[in-house]
Amino acid sequence: MAETTVVNMGPQHPATHGVLRLVLELDGETVVRCVPEIGYLHTGIEKNAEHHTWQQAVTDTDRMDYLSPLMNNLGFCLAAERLLDLEVPPRCRYIRVLMSELSRIASHLVWLGTYALDLGAQSVYFYAFQAREAILDMYETVSGARMNLSYIRVGGLQYDIPPQLPGMVERFLQEFPRWVHDFRALLDDNPIFVGRTRGIGLMNAEQCMNFGVTGPSLRAAGVAFDLRKSAPYSGYEQFEFDVPTRAEGDCYARYAVRLDEMEQSAAIVRQAIDGLPSGQWRSPDRKITLPPREELKTSMESLIHHFKLASQGFRVPAGEVYQAIESPRGELGFFVASDGGTHPYRMHVRAPSYYNTQALKHMLDGQLVADAVAAVGSLDMIMGEVDR
Amino acid sequence: MTGMTFGYVLVRSVILIMLLMGAFAYFMVAERKVLGYFQLRWGPVRVGPWGLLQPIADALKMVAKEDSAPATADNLIFHLAPAISLFVALGAFAVIPLGPTLHFGSFTLPLSVSDPGSGLLFVLAIASLGVYGVSLGGWASQSKYPLLGSLRASAQMVSYELALGMAVISTVVLTGSLDLYKIVGLQVHLWAVIPDILGFLIFLICSVAETNRAPFDLAEAEGELVAGFHTEYSGFRFANFVIAEYINMFTMAALGSLLFLGGWNGPFGPSFWWLLLKMAAYLFFFIWLRATFPRIRYDRLMNFGWKVLVPVAFLNLIWISVFVALGGWR
Repeated sequence: MAETTVVNMGPQHPATHGVLRLVLELDGETVVRCVPEIGYLHTGIEKNAEHHTWQQAVTDTDRMDYLSPLMNNLGFCLAAERLLDLEVPPRCRYIRVLMSELSRIASHLVWLGTYALDLGAQSVYFYAFQAREAILDMYETVSGARMNLSYIRVGGLQYDIPPQLPGMVERFLQEFPRWVHDFRALLDDNPIFVGRTRGIGLMNAEQCMNFGVTGPSLRAAGVAFDLRKSAPYSGYEQFEFDVPTRAEGDCYARYAVRLDEMEQSAAIVRQAIDGLPSGQWRSPDRKITLPPREELKTSMESLIHHFKLASQGFRVPAGEVYQAIESPRGELGFFVASDGGTHPYRMHVRAPSYYNTQALKHMLDGQLVADAVAAVGSLDMIMGEVDR
Repeated sequence: MTGMTFGYVLVRSVILIMLLMGAFAYFMVAERKVLGYFQLRWGPVRVGPWGLLQPIADALKMVAKEDSAPATADNLIFHLAPAISLFVALGAFAVIPLGPTLHFGSFTLPLSVSDPGSGLLFVLAIASLGVYGVSLGGWASQSKYPLLGSLRASAQMVSYELALGMAVISTVVLTGSLDLYKIVGLQVHLWAVIPDILGFLIFLICSVAETNRAPFDLAEAEGELVAGFHTEYSGFRFANFVIAEYINMFTMAALGSLLFLGGWNGPFGPSFWWLLLKMAAYLFFFIWLRATFPRIRYDRLMNFGWKVLVPVAFLNLIWISVFVALGGWR
């Protein structure tokens, strides 16, 4: 074999999105060996959660997968609610599904834009971000924040959705097919894009399962595994949608699966907004959720509840639980343990990006540097989630 | 060259360089504006009205930046490479006529710095030196990404030059001249692109590859090689590379318009403005490509060059020869 060069791709590199470091051993431009190095974004989120009350810990989860913070909120809240044995009202479940699917679309849009940018297609990036803007506006309308929402809380939501939201969703649903049409027109049959992605970064179903790869990357290898179908949560069983799959297991298949998924998500959003039940938007259990503001002035009991919840937080019965949801990147699992106190005893997150990243080592052997960029991008990792 | 003193040529050279620099500066703004409109944004708007003073700010920034070099770099070549690039880019433009020769009474003013009679040959010869600036710059940086970038650049520019040259030769065969004035003069009634459409398309593609522009910008491929061959350059030396790239684009646009699109011929008689319009359209096409396409992969680019463009250019040359043998366009 010829002499090889070792190139550090990252942690500062335009194509690794965040601080992934790939140690590439190159023979010319061919990758002989690839070692992904993680840990540059370790923020101790799991540990931090142990020092926050259950409700405060929700804000920690935002910061892991910062492209779909609501999914993290949802996973953690579902886990906590299972420990509490708490049922949330139907309206709350619908709003959670609505917001989750919107954030799935937003997350896939960011992926699409940055992936296209990695491959050198600049305009798609701006189109995708422009399309996402409508969703960020909705985030802002419901919670006041555009990024770290913490909108989904243990026992319900931060607020009910404001009256203008259905109109915004409606407008978005009308515009969205046009955006998708544009993306497809620019990329689907683009010979350069197809040439860069088809047959690149191959991973078959068996390899995916060996590495624990989930989400669109697994579905692109032909396995119709989607937790919204196989282990429904938050009332997903009431929604009708397909799980798009592709058989090829290459970068193009991952792209195609994600585009199809966005359309399915839009369909779910449509069902959620049309069938939105009225009624309570959070659990009426005053030991968990804050009492309405106006009651504080008239009800001593409410005042006490408010004080206890705001100063100390609620207690969660001892036990441990694993709750997984389908995040845009795959199976996002929350293992939480409680010792019966007001803080989580332990929070461990099964972050899909972490498992998807380890597959890189295998995917890049014998590929070109340009393909390495295509393959890394196709996995859609979020370093905040990998390092936690 | 008869009658031209050294001073006369010098003055004209300086004027041309000034013109090119000004054109570069404002083409840069135009490109960012056009790209901006392609991409649902405004482009530069902050400096001056409508962002028109942006190039001045950019130039100031470039000059004021620290001129750094890697400690291990080969000092002489590292510092020479950007100069080679710029020199070659400017040199190639010297023989390009920007319009018909102007007559003021007895005084004639040709709109090119110099007219060696076989200007086309000179352009091709000097343009092929351009690869040295890029490959030496990347190599002398003694750094890994620039090395990869310059390797790509050398391979790409050498292989695309072949197809480019053949496309140019098809016009030479068609017109029977290497003199750019004569080539344009022969296209008064019919542009060379009509019989030689294939040659024009090959020239178009090759000129994008030759100038390292998207989607063939593999030498800098920012998503893969950080900034390719000029990763280690900063400040004014970096600016040299950029200026050279843009002036090369102008050269290619001018050459394409002169060789295939009738140069300064157009309705209402020949004029400098026609050439300018054609060049602008040509350059707009460059920007359009950049806004639309992803970057092609390195090995596919080479395959495309050698297995598609070169054979097609050969066939086209044969067709043009037959066309000329059968009587040509006269």
